[in-house]
Amino acid sequence: MSDATAKEILYRIRRFEPTRDRAPRWQAFTIPRVPGMTVLDGLWTIKQTQDASLAWRSSCRMGICGSCGMLINGRARLACNTQVSEIDAAVIVVAPLPNFDIIRDLVPDLSPMFDAHAALMPYLIRDDAREQERPTGEFSQSPQELERYLQFSYCIKCGCCMAACPTYATDPVYSGPMPLAQAQRYNADGRDGGFLRRRAVLGGERGPWRCHFAGECSRVCPKGVDPAKAIQLMKRDLVWDYIRLRKEQCPAAVMSKPKAGTRRPDIPEPPPRTV
Amino acid sequence: MLRVQGFPNRLGVRGWVGGGRWGMERYLYTLHRLTGLGLLAYFLLHIVVTASRALGEGAWARAMDTVSGGVFKVGEYLVFAAFAFHAANGIRLVLVELGFGVGRPIEPVYPYKTSLDAQRSLAIGALAAGAALAILGAVELLVLR
Amino acid sequence: MMRDQKLWSWHVAAGIVILLLLGLHMTIMHLDATLKFTSLNPAGGEPIDWANVAARGKMLFFPITYVLLLSAALFHGLYGLRNILFELDPGAGLKSAISVILIVSGLGLLVLGTWSAVASFDLAR
Repeated sequence: MSDATAKEILYRIRRFEPTRDRAPRWQAFTIPRVPGMTVLDGLWTIKQTQDASLAWRSSCRMGICGSCGMLINGRARLACNTQVSEIDAAVIVVAPLPNFDIIRDLVPDLSPMFDAHAALMPYLIRDDAREQERPTGEFSQSPQELERYLQFSYCIKCGCCMAACPTYATDPVYSGPMPLAQAQRYNADGRDGGFLRRRAVLGGERGPWRCHFAGECSRVCPKGVDPAKAIQLMKRDLVWDYIRLRKEQCPAAVMSKPKAGTRRPDIPEPPPRTV
Repeated sequence: MLRVQGFPNRLGVRGWVGGGRWGMERYLYTLHRLTGLGLLAYFLLHIVVTASRALGEGAWARAMDTVSGGVFKVGEYLVFAAFAFHAANGIRLVLVELGFGVGRPIEPVYPYKTSLDAQRSLAIGALAAGAALAILGAVELLVLR
Repeated sequence: MMRDQKLWSWHVAAGIVILLLLGLHMTIMHLDATLKFTSLNPAGGEPIDWANVAARGKMLFFPITYVLLLSAALFHGLYGLRNILFELDPGAGLKSAISVILIVSGLGLLVLGTWSAVASFDLAR
């Protein structure tokens, strides 16, 4: 643990200003240490009191928006979700997420990740477009069916898993843990019928085959999404599909309202529809 | 969409090795890769060398003579140890990469339990089995012979 | 080009074949001092002595499993190597060249190994 009794804390920050620097450089800042401060709080203090040109992305300050993924003391994590007191070093070392180009200072260019994400069709694919646009009811889904993908749907697309992945460190063709986990989130959804369309991408080089279960993605994920689990389950589905063992199932149908029976008088009417 | 030319920041092969604060499975991944490359190099030579048996006793004896001696004996043991690890860890990988032993998707509740924790005992078991086989091989190849 | 979904499935299947056959091969060749295989090494001494090699060569089981192990191991090993090389992002042209080189050298070694297994079976008989 860093020295909690110290009055000050030292930050070493990787800086890069594209109009001025030819390569990233390190800059040190000493700031007052406040109990309960996060790494993100420290960055704000530096920006407000020492160097207004320091750039990073952040928004919600509570681990929900996924903007402030950074390499903090060698580990990809959210700056807002990391207490200064939990870092086991005297100096807080902050760098932009690796495996993405640096736009400026701590701002990585995440667009390759989102391109890969979009290519894997992270949405429900069904034949009944009209029902999806103008729903007449809910698609049926049991709690057990929900559990098959719920964990993967907690992803906030912060990119920490991509920064930790050894394959993604060299191979830009590999889709990476986030897009693959999100493809599995939809493949595993009982309401989805897009397995064959996603297979067209997943069966090739961009699929899960370059994952060798080093497990870094799951180790760094700030939301417990466990992309490594999603990717292994995806491999099973695709191998089962190849050897014709995968059970193809129709996407869940719209639940029809009960036709018979009378409404209990103590149940109030639903509010009027707003959309 | 706006595209910017940023400064390249991929870790490269350094990112394969990781090191430092990485977990057990990361090291197993690296070791699996290294032993695989070693075994492949040996195997390709092994095919060529042992093909000599089709030419009769003389050719076989000459081939075996070329690959005998202290260096080859140690080298042979390293191949055996690499096999022991690659086989034991390979069993784990076949299971895990087909989605067995990684656990079912769960509601993530802090502190998170991941697929890595779910298969950890399998990883330790594989490492122990590989080590036991490597020790047995050491007794055979380096002591009894 | 074959898709990774197929190639990887075969990579795993080949791994299981290798586990069984190479396990047997390693046991016979390297653990003979503790586990005596007198029927497989009738001449005594080392398992790689010519008399023992020739004796095993006479049994049909060995040439068959050698060719099976050879095919599985070549595929498993060369696909693994291809994976590692492709992860270095060599570019599309170089990737095709790597695939061709690996396929040609793999087939060449398969022919050599199969020939030696069949020829030494003939020779031993």
